[in-house]
Amino acid sequence: MAAALKEWKNKIITVVTCDGRIIIGELAGHDQVQNLILKEAHERVYSADEAVEQVPLGLYVIRGDNVAVVGEPKEGDHVWDDTLQTDPLPP
Amino acid sequence: AVELKNDVVLTGTLHSVDQYLNVKLLNVRVVNDAKYPQLCALQNCFVRGSVVRYIQIPPEHVDTELLQDAARKENATTGGGANKK
Repeated sequence: MAAALKEWKNKIITVVTCDGRIIIGELAGHDQVQNLILKEAHERVYSADEAVEQVPLGLYVIRGDNVAVVGEPKEGDHVWDDTLQTDPLPP
Repeated sequence: AVELKNDVVLTGTLHSVDQYLNVKLLNVRVVNDAKYPQLCALQNCFVRGSVVRYIQIPPEHVDTELLQDAARKENATTGGGANKK
């Protein structure tokens, strides 16, 4: 299985779920159907009129059916833009 | 370019694909970054096959003859097994 997620294990990743939410956390585990276990997870809620809201979630399990995209942030520990105001992703 | 069912378009270098058509892209760039800046921080990403609407490949990067031959052969083998008409 060439496209596994193992290279991102124990790294901070960004997960986009099928309902359009964005969750960031450390990938603690995964399986072949992309069920994910995230540590220190938090959800970033974007909105057109409010500042970004961060919701801490702690330890989270996401079922693979609901995963749309798993991404690795760019190198260089960049600053998460807390002032970003935009419409949320569509489901 | 990969277009997802939620209208996001990602473009990047195709790193790998698996049997479910999950796609791993390197050096991604969000095409509609004005609309979806939330994803601009990503460098590499894994896209689940089930959320892909379609994948665009520029024709100059594809050997269309080879692709057509491969598709024909694939159709012959699976058609021979599954075709009940």
